[in-house]
Amino acid sequence: MSNYWPIALFFVIVIGFALTSLGLSRLLAPNRPNRVKNETYESGIAPVGEAQQRFDIRYYTIAMLFVLFDIEAVFLYPWAVVYDVIGIYGFVEMLLFIVLLLAAYAYAWRKGALDLG
Amino acid sequence: MLPLTLFFLLFAAVALFGAVMVLVSRNPVHSVLFMLLTFANVAGMFLLLNAEFIAAVQLLVYSGAILVLFLFVVMLLQRGERPLPALTQPLQAPVAIFVGLALLSELALVVLTSNVGGGTRGADTPEAIARAGGNIQALGSQLYTTWLLPFEIASVLLLVAAVGAIYLAKEDI
Repeated sequence: MSNYWPIALFFVIVIGFALTSLGLSRLLAPNRPNRVKNETYESGIAPVGEAQQRFDIRYYTIAMLFVLFDIEAVFLYPWAVVYDVIGIYGFVEMLLFIVLLLAAYAYAWRKGALDLG
Repeated sequence: MLPLTLFFLLFAAVALFGAVMVLVSRNPVHSVLFMLLTFANVAGMFLLLNAEFIAAVQLLVYSGAILVLFLFVVMLLQRGERPLPALTQPLQAPVAIFVGLALLSELALVVLTSNVGGGTRGADTPEAIARAGGNIQALGSQLYTTWLLPFEIASVLLLVAAVGAIYLAKEDI
């Protein structure tokens, strides 16, 4: 369990860096807002409508497919760890697994579920 | 041992805080983000309980994919700056309190009366797992040999789920 200490140290450094950066910027930077600076996109196209609006249903398909392929990635993780033990046998079974999910990917592609245009 | 217990209590406390904030946040997007906090801390608890694989799955699948799905569903339903509707059904509050108390007493009954840790131990003791080289090695060496068929069927299940999700969401198949 002691080999997780670097991760704990990492979190301490991350939080410390974020707080130091924000704090120093707050202390040192001059704060002179004006109308042009407060625009959403300076020198850009003015935004139209609200930011919080209903999203297109197509994003739901993307999120759903992301869940499925994420679960595939979870199966790859222990497989990669024990790969040197199970060898070519494990390679073939994972090939079968991935080919079956490739069919899902091909279906999604054919049906245009990945098109956002 | 003591610092680990402290870390466990810290993770548990932040997870509970996140869970409460999921319920009391007025903005559904904030609720989903507090849920992310809860999931991440539960992953930390799994890690401290020596369940490294479940911790990784918790982070990858729950904090990663499921949360994105929740966020998209909230954004699909949300329509501008609209306050959440109050309790609409007249009996909603008493029924909710009754069901909540029933669930709590059920949980308390199970925890108090069951014989946790007193049953006969299986072959996968902590020592056996340590000999296999850790959780993930132990799981992998079983999953890809003994449980090969369920593993391959899982890919068929994922394929069916993908086809179903696309079929439901597309209007022009």
